[in-house]
Amino acid sequence: MSKPSLKAGPTVLPNLPGSIAQVGVMTKYELLTYFRSRRFFILLIIGLIISSILTAVVAYYGVSSFASNALGFYSFWWGNSVTLVVILSGIFFGGDAISGEFQNKTGYFLVGNPLRRSSIYVGKWIAALTASLIILAVYAAIAVGNGVYYFGASIPYQFGESLVFSVLYLIAVLGFTFFFSSLFKSSSMSILVTAILFLFAFSLIQLIVSSLAQIEPWFIITYGAGIIGNVLTDPYPTTQSVRGGFSGREATTLYAVSIPEGIAILVGYFVVTAIIGLLLFERKEFT
Amino acid sequence: MSSPSIEAVNLSKRYGSFSALSNLNLKIEGSKCVGFLGPNGAGKTTTLKLFTDMIRASEGKALINGISVHENKKKALASVGSLIESPEIYPSLTPREALSMVAEIRGMPRSERKKKIEEVVAEVRMEEWLDKKVGKFSKGMKQRINISAALLSEPEILLLDEPSTGLDPRGMSEVREIVKSLKHKNRLIFMSSHLLNEVSDICDEVAMIDHGKLLVYDKLNNVVSRFSGDGGEIIIDVGLSRDIDDQTVTKNISSLTGVVSAERLETKSLRIKFSGNLENQERLLSDLVALKIGLVSFHPSSSALEDTYLNLIKATL
Ligand SMILES: Nc1ncnc2c1ncn2[C@@H]1O[C@H](COP(=O)(O)OP(=O)(O)O)[C@@H](O)[C@H]1O
Ligand SMILES: [Mg+2]
Repeated sequence: MSKPSLKAGPTVLPNLPGSIAQVGVMTKYELLTYFRSRRFFILLIIGLIISSILTAVVAYYGVSSFASNALGFYSFWWGNSVTLVVILSGIFFGGDAISGEFQNKTGYFLVGNPLRRSSIYVGKWIAALTASLIILAVYAAIAVGNGVYYFGASIPYQFGESLVFSVLYLIAVLGFTFFFSSLFKSSSMSILVTAILFLFAFSLIQLIVSSLAQIEPWFIITYGAGIIGNVLTDPYPTTQSVRGGFSGREATTLYAVSIPEGIAILVGYFVVTAIIGLLLFERKEFT
Repeated sequence: MSSPSIEAVNLSKRYGSFSALSNLNLKIEGSKCVGFLGPNGAGKTTTLKLFTDMIRASEGKALINGISVHENKKKALASVGSLIESPEIYPSLTPREALSMVAEIRGMPRSERKKKIEEVVAEVRMEEWLDKKVGKFSKGMKQRINISAALLSEPEILLLDEPSTGLDPRGMSEVREIVKSLKHKNRLIFMSSHLLNEVSDICDEVAMIDHGKLLVYDKLNNVVSRFSGDGGEIIIDVGLSRDIDDQTVTKNISSLTGVVSAERLETKSLRIKFSGNLENQERLLSDLVALKIGLVSFHPSSSALEDTYLNLIKATL
């Protein structure tokens, strides 16, 4: 790197910060723009609305209509809804993270500076993760608040696991949405495509592959995310053959993802999409 | 420390089969201002984007201080400030915050940041707006902030792509003054423009480009004398404090060195067709003074450079 020179004036080579420090700067200012943006608060409000609806429904119908013990309660509350919060975070913060820099021309303000493209990408990614974690934390806090209110302070350890898996899922989803956003140069296009993928397409493919084609859908990210809900089910669901079909004689397999499988799928998705996304952004031209 | 340099080696950029820049070889070294002149679509922005690694070269290399921009962008751009294609600034940030981001990325010590930011913002006359969100700024105001961002770290090399676009006439002349003032601070300035008078006003040297090809790179006055037709005739308008008679014009002035022809426009003004370089012009001026005809003004028109520019551009069609 540049050596400090004793010479005064503008000819002194500046002491550039290392790439990691530059990532930190990117994260800091990206978060600043998040906290000033409508998007962050809209997502926060969506999280609060989902939480309020659940709170109201449970209060109105009585908790016993939904769960008989603490684990069942977290399964009903958290296991069913947190993936939506994760997916919305991915779309809100990742959907146009990179494409927006092109479409809005804000990227041109940064790329002419002495920093690696990857520092921009990683810095923005960490900011998106941080903002999403804040939303997720608020959402988890309300779930726990209700759980403690109805079933006391002893929170089942499975909820802790589920929480960790949710964060892992969030990491994978953000990896994926960042990758997709670096495929496009239009914000709305990349947001639309990621939304369609996560809200419909993946689940649909998963359904078709598993129930019609009878193949374990290990290559679908949403299948891997199944561990978030599965871990809250006692006993842990397993893949099983059931008699079904019209005649009642055909055997149908119901696939359940195991914890190691689920972790592998989510980590795999993150690693692959992060690498491709970074490479795409490195090569992308600011024309 | 060696003097700052930028160099293009066989630099080419194609978009599909279209050649936006072909085989540019250009080395600029030392503290000076070089105008990069060419009509719209000539390849100026393309060149500057190659020098900041915003796009990849199809062939060749862009070097800054001998370092390949593409291979080692961080090091190559360490002492470069650039303004290319009027970027947008994050609308929810204030100029102070946006410039702090740049300062932090470039490793400006915390103790200097506040002062430097206020200084450059004052230089582009945006002090009043320092803490207002950029989102509501006009194009010209954003361009001023972009200029201040390029100047912020006192880079020894400045790459400016039509810096005065989007500015009103007053803004344009302010930007020109800023660039001129930088010349006294030992900077290498490479500034693109499609405006001839902008380049001839500010720069010491000019590189002309059209259809992706470099036409000429030389000192401003050399370009004129080398390329303008018939040894470079230029028009010089001369103003006098008192009347002049025809005879002085035809006899005394017409016979001065380099004068092709001289005519009286009104009683107190002359138009001289002149051929020669800057030194000859200097001599003509002193000859005219020596004639004691009441010389009060001496305006060589820039039309020679303009003719050169137009001729060169026409030649590549
Ligand atoms: N992304 C692109 N795809 C195709 N052609 C391009 C692209 N960018 C620039 N060009 C073409 O390259 C030529 C040079 O453009 P540019 O360098 O922007 O010119 P200027 O001298 O006006 O800055 C123009 O003809 C332009 O149309
Ligand atoms: Mg241009």
